[in-house]
Amino acid sequence: MAENERTASGDELAVELTGIGKRFPGVIANYDIDLRVRRGTIHAIVGENGAGKSTLMKTLYGMHQPDSGTIRVNGVERRFRSPSEAIDAGIGMVHQHFMLADNLTVLENIILGSEPAERGIINFKSAHRDVHALAQAVGTTVDVDTPVSELGVGQRQRVEILKVLFRGAKILILDEPTAVLVPQEVDELFANLRRLVDDGATVIFISHKLDEVLAVSDEITVIRQGTTVATVLPKEIDRRELAELMVGAELPSPEGRDSEVGDEVMLRVSHLTVSQPGQRDLVHDASFEVRAAQIVGIAGVEGNGQFELCTAILGIRASTGSVEIHGRDVSSASTHVRRDEGLSYIPFDRHREGLMLTAPLWENTLLGRSHMTRFKTGPLINAREAKADCAEIIERFDVLTPGVGVPVFALSGGNQQKLLVGRELTSEPKILLAAHPTRGVDIGAQAAIWEEIRTARDNGLAVLLISADLEELIGLSDTILVMFDGHITATLDPASATPEILGTYMTGGNLEVAS
Amino acid sequence: MNPEPEIPVVAGVQNSVRKLSTPSQAEALRTSMVTIGSSLAAVVIALAICAFLLLITGKNPWDAYAKIIETGANGDKLLETLKRATPLIFSATAVAVGFKMNLFNIGVEGQYLFAALMASAIGTKLNLPAPLHVTAILMLAMIAGAAWASITAILKVTRGVNEVISTIMLNFIALSVIQWLFENWFRDNEAEGLNVKTKLLPTSGRMPDIVEGRLGGMFIVALLTVFAYWILVFKSRFGFRLRASGLNQGSATTAGISAKRMIVVALLISGGIAGLVAMQSVVGEIYGYGPNATPTAFGFAGIAVSLLGRHHPLGIVVAAMLFGFLDSTSAELQLAGIPSSIVKVIQAIIVLTVVIVNEATIRWLNRRTAEQTASLVVERVAVVPA
Repeated sequence: MAENERTASGDELAVELTGIGKRFPGVIANYDIDLRVRRGTIHAIVGENGAGKSTLMKTLYGMHQPDSGTIRVNGVERRFRSPSEAIDAGIGMVHQHFMLADNLTVLENIILGSEPAERGIINFKSAHRDVHALAQAVGTTVDVDTPVSELGVGQRQRVEILKVLFRGAKILILDEPTAVLVPQEVDELFANLRRLVDDGATVIFISHKLDEVLAVSDEITVIRQGTTVATVLPKEIDRRELAELMVGAELPSPEGRDSEVGDEVMLRVSHLTVSQPGQRDLVHDASFEVRAAQIVGIAGVEGNGQFELCTAILGIRASTGSVEIHGRDVSSASTHVRRDEGLSYIPFDRHREGLMLTAPLWENTLLGRSHMTRFKTGPLINAREAKADCAEIIERFDVLTPGVGVPVFALSGGNQQKLLVGRELTSEPKILLAAHPTRGVDIGAQAAIWEEIRTARDNGLAVLLISADLEELIGLSDTILVMFDGHITATLDPASATPEILGTYMTGGNLEVAS
Repeated sequence: MNPEPEIPVVAGVQNSVRKLSTPSQAEALRTSMVTIGSSLAAVVIALAICAFLLLITGKNPWDAYAKIIETGANGDKLLETLKRATPLIFSATAVAVGFKMNLFNIGVEGQYLFAALMASAIGTKLNLPAPLHVTAILMLAMIAGAAWASITAILKVTRGVNEVISTIMLNFIALSVIQWLFENWFRDNEAEGLNVKTKLLPTSGRMPDIVEGRLGGMFIVALLTVFAYWILVFKSRFGFRLRASGLNQGSATTAGISAKRMIVVALLISGGIAGLVAMQSVVGEIYGYGPNATPTAFGFAGIAVSLLGRHHPLGIVVAAMLFGFLDSTSAELQLAGIPSSIVKVIQAIIVLTVVIVNEATIRWLNRRTAEQTASLVVERVAVVPA
């Protein structure tokens, strides 16, 4: 491995993992993992979803113990039985889902768990001073007395990082830190990380966004199917080669495809408003149409009303304004009626809104369809038909499972998602609300799901696509709407939209119509 | 016209073999055996704990258990066991319906006592031929039980009141309401002292016994109820929607199943079945309601039986018979100088150990299923040429 001349102190290893193995139910095991992270560098760990990146980082952070292998931190062999032991050794982790208490202030969140106290009384004065000094040293400008609930996603992440630093971490693990950020915030984050590293910290960050990995990291370790396959320098490799290392195969060229949007309006949403008492509207006066054979994308930072919009269209959440499905006004109809009219839904959170984890696969594919003639025997369920139907979905959507009787929790996230997408598409819906249809699935499954959605679109399906993956949005959509703060703020043509333009609109930066 | 997103395809996963071996019948059988075995193990552990308790109170556990077994070996006890199991089957089934919708109905006690009074009081005023009269009384009991449970349903659906709180509170309210109704309206003033009852049911309103004086006809009704519970909850489309709502309300709601409707229906069915708990006494033994004659505390025992039977129809029947059998031995234990309350202690400890052992077994089975599924999938990915 070539020397990296950027870091003088780089010869010393901050973290050295050797031969790490970990079996974990439902997840592909880590085996024979070797990772060497030099002090004062940004080290990226890349791999597909489910390759074992998070499992590995949890091992390093003491959230579980490896079955084999050794962990060395700053040259000393360690065995962490809990995260607090890892914190004591100077390791801190910023999770993908922030773990902040919303109604506490930034200061309170940062000191939570390591409060400077005298005889049980918190010394807020010294805490205030310390946190302020730390924030300045790191170069972030967050007002420490603001409640966290008032902060945006990027600022929350900075609070998470400060929290970890406050506990004396010298080695930072960031789990997909950019997943929730818009491009501008990503740049800021990386500038901050670079400054930390210049001050002697070590950063390990997990990602599958190859461009940013190549741009920011000093070294890259690739994980595939549970093991480390290579450690490379960013200047020696390009995006394509890195992607091929990740998936272990040559990538096919992307193929373009023409599509023709139909004339019939399948979904018409007019002046839809979701209000909450005493606060700003969650969705304000949203109006748009989705035609047959059209994919309308909705871009937006999470939490800007997309979820409320979908649940209002489904009839789960009360709203004003009107929703029409294929010319029929369903504004006051139940969810059941709306689904019968041809509405289907790939939910934001498959565990909370989509599946019954402890129920067998065939009951999951039957959910919401048990009233269909095919699955009825009088008032009873025709279990044989339901199982046969489930087997068809498994076959067509390539769900990896030993059978239809297995409980859903036993499947990996990607396979759960494929099962769910299969259920929602096999009923031949007229309209599909697809929220993050490929979140948390591997590249192979992602391609398969995209293909299914596009095929269904070509056959006349109207799709409302909500996604945080801007490339997915630009690639699939025929039209892109931007949601910001509950409003639909722009309508863009994906042919001319770039992630940067979308990012600007998503943060409310530019409200004029794009050219 | 769109540029399509760059779609890398993993050749290995895309081209791999589809068919995986399905879990064999043997595997399913093994899982059932593990489940049943764990319940038996729990009972053995419970007996061991009770033996220890008996030892430290200075009694010989062997004597106690020998007495229980000796009593059980006596064929006469079978009928008494079935008789004692009858109200427990109703009560446990009522609780189980709630559990399947993720509702904890602790109010079976109040529901069945209210139902017993109303069915007796109105039943005496009816004038119907024999089979219809009994049927009408049972229907009245179910309606009254469901009506009392409907208060909980309305509170939960409209005001979001937790059903555990409201059913507990309504148990107390039921006792007062029953007392007031009884004293002011339904009391038969000819009876005196501790023996006060409602007016007795005429012969047409009485359920014939299966075995004269030993086992009432309500036992058959109990078995029919469990069977109906099995069909309704485990086999019907309605039951599927109910269980789906109970398993994951969010998923059920997005699938178009109204959670509120399911809450109301589940509580009404639960209350309706609860209404039958005291009917063995009302139409089979004392032919009316009496504050000191109508049996109490079956509502709480039903929770234990339902847990022990894992809310499964067959499990409920077996668990109710176990409890009924243990109850039937208490008199003999008393005669042998062993405190009969040991039976209640054994029952309570069995429930605790079963709940704990079951939880551990489920976790172990879940873990094993997950590992087996994962290893099958890993193997498959591994054997595919890239």
